[in-house]
Amino acid sequence: MEPGDDLFRRESGRIVATLTRIFGTENLALAEDVAQDVFCRALEVWKLRGVPANPSAWLMTVAKRRAIDLLRRERRVRKFAPDLDSLLVSEWTLTPTVNEAFSEEAIADDELRMMFSCCDPKLSEESQIALILRLLCGFSTREVAHAFLSTPVAMEKRIERARKVLAESAALFDLADRDLCERLPVVHRALYLLFSEGYHASSEALVRRELCREAMRLASSLSDNAAVASSVSSALCALMWFDAARLPSRTDAKGDLVALADQDRLRWDRALIAKGRHFLERSATGGLSEYHVEAAIAAVHCNAAAFAETDWPKIVRLYDALLQLRPSPVVALNRAIALGYAFGPERGLREIHAIPHSDRLAHYPFYPAALADFESRTGEGESARRHLREAMALARNSKERRFLESRLSALSIDQAYVE
Amino acid sequence: MSEFVYLYRGGSRPESPNEGQQVMQKWVNWLGDLERKGHIKDKGQPLDGQGKVVRDGGRAVTDGPYAESKDIVGGYTLVEAKDLSQAAELANGCPILERGGLVEVRPVMEM
Repeated sequence: MEPGDDLFRRESGRIVATLTRIFGTENLALAEDVAQDVFCRALEVWKLRGVPANPSAWLMTVAKRRAIDLLRRERRVRKFAPDLDSLLVSEWTLTPTVNEAFSEEAIADDELRMMFSCCDPKLSEESQIALILRLLCGFSTREVAHAFLSTPVAMEKRIERARKVLAESAALFDLADRDLCERLPVVHRALYLLFSEGYHASSEALVRRELCREAMRLASSLSDNAAVASSVSSALCALMWFDAARLPSRTDAKGDLVALADQDRLRWDRALIAKGRHFLERSATGGLSEYHVEAAIAAVHCNAAAFAETDWPKIVRLYDALLQLRPSPVVALNRAIALGYAFGPERGLREIHAIPHSDRLAHYPFYPAALADFESRTGEGESARRHLREAMALARNSKERRFLESRLSALSIDQAYVE
Repeated sequence: MSEFVYLYRGGSRPESPNEGQQVMQKWVNWLGDLERKGHIKDKGQPLDGQGKVVRDGGRAVTDGPYAESKDIVGGYTLVEAKDLSQAAELANGCPILERGGLVEVRPVMEM
């Protein structure tokens, strides 16, 4: 097994989805237990004997055998998937039915449907993401709670409620392709948030990387699936790959945030950027979505060999487009910042002050931080320091606070030098 | 060089496939390291927890587990080391120790 391999996480989603298909949605917890058992067995055997040549097939064989044992043992006392139940009762049809459910094609289909089921519009976005991590990425409730800085008890309640919603949607695996396409925007949003959680959250580095990696894995399987083919999925992938490429330079050796201007661009992952470009090209066939625009902005940054070479006028145009598709004060702030870099700090300050509904940014630390950045460059040092102190008071975690603190002390040093 | 057997006893199961992945990685790293340094004679076998116990001159056959679960042997490995203290030192990195389990290091008796 290679370091950083996601074999267990990847296969766990496929096994849980397939077992849920057979056992029925009301036996979701049972499917999770059986899958967990399969992985414990794999661990016991593989840790001494080594990983077999085809680990996926090994896992599926064990899962299938466990499923058949369980169906034989429990078929008189339990109801399984309604459309399969009669086939599972007879010994003649039991094994062929299970075999068919474990065919490669059926597994891929079940995993996709599971992803769409987790994104039930009846569930909050937080619950959707928690379910995805639990059912498709093999996270324990404790690990999901850890990723969201929540308590295991609160997370268990949330997941339990979400499981009930899933159990009520009996049509889980009967969704027509058309229904899937209707729910696609919700799935995109959930994967986008999962990735952002990994990219921005303050949980420890290892967890953050895992969240990003899982969002990327699911998004790319979504974009590869013909049944729900959409240029938006490719655009979402492009955005994730461009951002992931820059992840290594976003923090320094101590784990502190590094501003875009100060990042060591040699540490950006060229292979991920190339893959991002490939996704972006693939996304060009359909209509424009917010993910297309965000990916294009990320691409501009990736194309610049140095911060000073950034094509800011192009970024301004892209933020104009993003404002049309997803108007928000944060997008407006980013547009104003881009204008400041393109046409000078005075212009930046004017644009920031002109943002409509800027009261909605009252708790956003990077609003005063952006003001401070431009003020320091127009010689308004006193005002810049005041805004940075304001930003520090709004910081949402210690990482942001340390970042703003270092800016403040850099500013004080510059000032001392001038005076 | 002398031969020793590592008996892996107890240790909690991972809570999720994701955690299992991390535990697995640790075992691969630990055993891989011992192998590179030429200490592995035979990686050994995992043992199933379900077993039978035969006792009382064969009159009594009972289902396992026959010991407290924390004492159940889950597998073994055959290693080579300079002496018992080196063998014990090498066992110190075993991932089972992080999960409440233990490694029993026993010298193989020489002819």
